[in-house]
Amino acid sequence: MAFKEIELNMGPQHPSTHGVLRLKLAVDNEVVLKVEPILGYLHRGMEKLWESQTYTQIVPLTDRLDYLASLSNNLGYVLAAEKLAGIEVPKRAQVIRVVLAELQRLASHLAWVGFMANDIGAMSILLYSFEQREEILDIFEEYIGGRLTVHGIRLGGVPRDLDAPLIARIKTVLDRIPHTLGDIQALLNENRIWKQRTVGVGLISPADAVERGLTGPPLRATGVARDMRKDFPYSSYDDFEFDVPVGRHGDVYDRYLVRLEEINQSIRLVRQALEALPPGEFRAKVPRLLKVPAGEVYHAIEAPKGELGFYIRSDGSEKPERIKMRSPSFINLQSLELMCRGNLFADVVGILGSLDIVLGEIDK
Amino acid sequence: MTSPLLADLLIPAGKIVAVILYPMVMVIVMIWLERRVVALIQGRLGPNRVGFQGILQPFADAAKLFFKEDIIPRDADRFLFRVAPVLVMFSSLLAFAFVPLGEPLRLGSYTLTLWIADSPVGILIVLGLSSISVFGVIFGGWAANSKYPLMGALRSVVQVLSYEIPTGLTVLSVCYIARSLDLVEIVRRQEEAGVWYGFLLPVSFVVFWISAVAETNRAPFDLPEAESELVAGYHTEYSGMKFAYFYMAEYTHMVLVSSLVVLLFFGGWLPPFPSVKALAVLHKIPGFIWYLIKIMFFLYVYVWIRATFPRYRFDSLIQLVWKWLIPLALLNLLVVAVLRFLL
Repeated sequence: MAFKEIELNMGPQHPSTHGVLRLKLAVDNEVVLKVEPILGYLHRGMEKLWESQTYTQIVPLTDRLDYLASLSNNLGYVLAAEKLAGIEVPKRAQVIRVVLAELQRLASHLAWVGFMANDIGAMSILLYSFEQREEILDIFEEYIGGRLTVHGIRLGGVPRDLDAPLIARIKTVLDRIPHTLGDIQALLNENRIWKQRTVGVGLISPADAVERGLTGPPLRATGVARDMRKDFPYSSYDDFEFDVPVGRHGDVYDRYLVRLEEINQSIRLVRQALEALPPGEFRAKVPRLLKVPAGEVYHAIEAPKGELGFYIRSDGSEKPERIKMRSPSFINLQSLELMCRGNLFADVVGILGSLDIVLGEIDK
Repeated sequence: MTSPLLADLLIPAGKIVAVILYPMVMVIVMIWLERRVVALIQGRLGPNRVGFQGILQPFADAAKLFFKEDIIPRDADRFLFRVAPVLVMFSSLLAFAFVPLGEPLRLGSYTLTLWIADSPVGILIVLGLSSISVFGVIFGGWAANSKYPLMGALRSVVQVLSYEIPTGLTVLSVCYIARSLDLVEIVRRQEEAGVWYGFLLPVSFVVFWISAVAETNRAPFDLPEAESELVAGYHTEYSGMKFAYFYMAEYTHMVLVSSLVVLLFFGGWLPPFPSVKALAVLHKIPGFIWYLIKIMFFLYVYVWIRATFPRYRFDSLIQLVWKWLIPLALLNLLVVAVLRFLL
């Protein structure tokens, strides 16, 4: 049967577009010729909305961006705002922030492994990894009450101190994660089908990746050791030892390996941070109605999805004049077409999954 | 006691009803088993509310689907769209007429055969009938006039046709050893030989089983309905009872394939360890029970595989069959033929 180039619509209601992303595909039989992401189904006008909120009110709104890593969004925004306002954050608060952000990275990566495996068709992994993610969410719940949209980082510090029972609980959860990770690796790492579906699929060269602004694990999978935590240390990340895992080929399999190794590194970071928790205040005194001096600032952090940056311009009032957010999912999505072209239709799902996009962050 | 009415009309009618009911009951058990077993493998509970341990869940599902709105897409070919699910269901059920359930039972002077049709070429008819279901899949995918079902149907055709070759070749090796195409005869030969063909012909068994999983479109070969890519493949546009037909047909097909594996390779209704005197007690258990236990085992393996493996991609799926299974099956057939000739 000779049918040339048919146009295929994938989404916005599709089981594996991770939300309401719509992809316009041109396929020749099963080979993908063109991929055009169509966005905006979840657009809430966040950046405009922020202009009408005070600096403090914005923090909980950032929860709704990357809803699988709300604490990272909190941290990204709060650090930028503090930098502009010149707020000195106590050391203890900084370390607690590292603990929270790394736990959030664990939760986000664990969720990713599950979704990714589910996209490739291994359905059980999702349940295994979610069991661990659930325990991390339980920690968040005990810490501040929220699970998904946590709002666990405030201007000037963190809302609560880490007490001994919570620290003990975090440690027991950390001890359990490597077991689950071992199970997942035993099921997938050398699995022939898994490797057939991921090795050499969705390739991107380091040069192309940098040119397209790819960040986070997909960039590191190409071999570029770019990590904001190492390159531009914030929140006293430079006090702790951790490695930046990099891949070699820039394919889906390497992205998978990089993320799994990042889980190990995050565990290492949290352990160190809990050991080295300095005494002192957990929150600086910040006026409720914070007036930020006029000026502009850009600050980026390493969110689980990539480089999450906030640009804030202030006119000296209690509300920001303009906030622009560099959301990693949105910019990583630019590389999708390059990765997909020439691959099979079935791989689009795997490649899209390997980018780890969250629609809340793409559509803002 | 055998009146002609009883022998010629009522018993065949009863058998026909039984042959329709038996796969249906198996399907219901299978749907429940699959959901529970997958749930347990994944550390969940699965449906456990309707009836004892959720055993009535399939009935609840069926009742729900029965009351669902039956949607036919606007541009669909209405006739083919309606025919497709029936065809799929019909072919799988019809094949059961040729699947024996055990040795004939003696009831006084009357001999009750545990099959409807006794054909000297039973295995060929069963394979042929089960292949008809691919027409239902093509019709369903084509008639919906939608892209996802069409791609699912195309994949399904290529897949089923390709995997029928190794199936046929491995069945051939069994028939060659048994010198018969009759399913009852094949089981009897295994009894005479004192060894099940699965142990005599391990390669045939493995190739047959892989092909059988592929032919029933089950994970990891469930590409025609790969949910992460094609939403639901060829039955994406189906709803209500038409969808239920496809669903049940898939499970019926699995029961059929498991029955074939048991008949061809694992001695059908024969009890295990026939030569071990100490285990003679096993012979007290009726053959039908053994048969069911073995079928359930293979149905369990189906579920087990599904919960464990990722999905193949289309190209590697076709490579697997043409580069590995077919040459292997051919070689196996050759070796079997030579050995049979020499020994």
